[in-house]
Formats: sequence, structure tokens, C-alpha cells
Amino acid sequence: MVVIVQIAKADFDPVFAALADHTRRDIVRRAISAEEGVLELASHYPMSFAAVQKHVAVLERAGLITKQRIGRRKVVRTNPEALLVARRLLDQYEELWRARIDRMNELIAETAGAIDTVETKESKR
Amino acid sequence: MTVTAVRKAPQRLTLTVEAEFDASVERIWQLWADPRKLERWWGPPTYPATFTKHDLAPGGRIEYHMTGPAGDQPHGYWDVLEVEPPRRILLRGGIANADGTPNTDTPISTIRVGIEEIARGRTRMSIENVFPSTEAMEQVLAMGTEEGQSQAVSQIDAILAEETSSARSRGEPL
Repeated sequence: MVVIVQIAKADFDPVFAALADHTRRDIVRRAISAEEGVLELASHYPMSFAAVQKHVAVLERAGLITKQRIGRRKVVRTNPEALLVARRLLDQYEELWRARIDRMNELIAETAGAIDTVETKESKR
Repeated sequence: MTVTAVRKAPQRLTLTVEAEFDASVERIWQLWADPRKLERWWGPPTYPATFTKHDLAPGGRIEYHMTGPAGDQPHGYWDVLEVEPPRRILLRGGIANADGTPNTDTPISTIRVGIEEIARGRTRMSIENVFPSTEAMEQVLAMGTEEGQSQAVSQIDAILAEETSSARSRGEPL
């Protein structure tokens, strides 16, 4: 995974680039429940508040999270729409690979049949 | 059912599929290494794939197109980043122009293939597909890959079940 991320980095759009970082993915995960502000989020990571704030800003620019005011507090909330679109597309991709693997299986069965035929012919000689 | 595991990470736009086959590592490897075999399974029956270039070596290039029922021919390519026969392939590619050159306006995705023996005559293949963006996934899916899919699955399931059971009953290797 790390290798792939490094290779393709230059081509990533802002959403994927934002998600290419472990801390930012973790923030996206935590912010699904939309309970914590930046300060609370920062307490989970062994880095400075400013560093976490930077990560939050990257995610915000990519549209993956928004800051929402609840009373006097500002909480960080994941925008689930971006993730939902990705999930649906991954579902379709799963079907695509399942169909391919089914075809691989058919091919293997066929090749096995061909080998069997050859062997049978040879054994008859 | 040969697919043994599917993992999806929407946050990383990554799909991992694992499948097990009653076949040797070498035979599973050939599904990728032999272009004539590759084109038998890459596209669905309604959108068969034709591989016009297949240099499966580090730095090599793979070029293909698919042919739709209306004669439409979407092109695709893969750059071969890593190869370790018969166990590992890392490809990176996307949509191509009609002359086979990469369409630089379209995003790039990667496929990592792993093949390993889990028992004598039984092989596990894992495929990790990473997409740069949701747009990339939509584009690849639009390459005639959805049509005819469910139909192919049911047909092939039936054929496979038949062939496997008859081969087993004859005590022949699969």
C-alpha cells in the first residue's frame, strides 16, 4: 500500500491525496461521530496541536470534513457523501473482479480438460 | 465459490479480492502472463478484450482494447512496474487513446497481484486495486465492464460446476 501511494502520488486528486496519510485517515474515521473539536482530536496523536490543525485543514480543503458549530463548540464532522460514493463504486468493482475470477475458473477447468484429453490419448497408445 | 475474501477501504479507495483455485501456481500465473489467456477473462463476453501488446517485464507495457456490441472500442494500458514470476505483478495504468498512448487527462490506478501456493495443487491469488479518485473508478467501470456481467457469472458457474464434478468423478486432476 505504501509503495503504491508513493508511486501514484503525483496523480492523486485532492481527496485521495488527503486520504493518503495515516493520521488524516484516522481523523476521518473519528470525525464520523462528529463529537470532537480540533483540540480533542489532537489529544489522540503524538504530535503538536498545530500539526493536527494542518491535517484538519487539508481534509477540509478536500471536502472530506467540515467544522460544525454545536452551541459554543465547534466539532469536526466527516462528510459521508464522499465516502459513500467511493463505497458504491467499490461494490461495483467487487462484482467486476468476481466476474473475472469466475472466468479465470472456467479457463482453468477448460485447460485441465485439454490436458486430460492429451493424457488420455497418450495412455491409450 | 472461489472468492474467499473481499476487503474494501473507501477511505483509501482500495479494493482487495482474494480467490483460491484448484490449480498450480504456474497455471494461475499463466492467466496473467499469456495474453491469449488474459483476454479470455479480462472483459465480459459482451465486451471481449484484445491485447495488442503484452511485455510483462519491469518497465514493459501492456496495451489492450475492448470491443463492445455496437463496435465501440475503448482502449486501456498498463505500465509494468514490478514482476516476479510466478508470484507477483505490480501494474499501473488507465485509459488510452486509440493509438495506444496513455490518455494523460484521465486518472491512473494500480493493480497488485500476488500468487501463492497454499497446498499442493491449490493456489491463492490476491488482487489489490487502488484508485486515485472516484472519477477514476467511474471511468474504468464505464469501459464496458458492467454489461453482460451477471449473465457471464451465471453461465460460467453452471459450466464450472459441471466440469468440476465430472472431472472429480473421473478422479482426474483439475
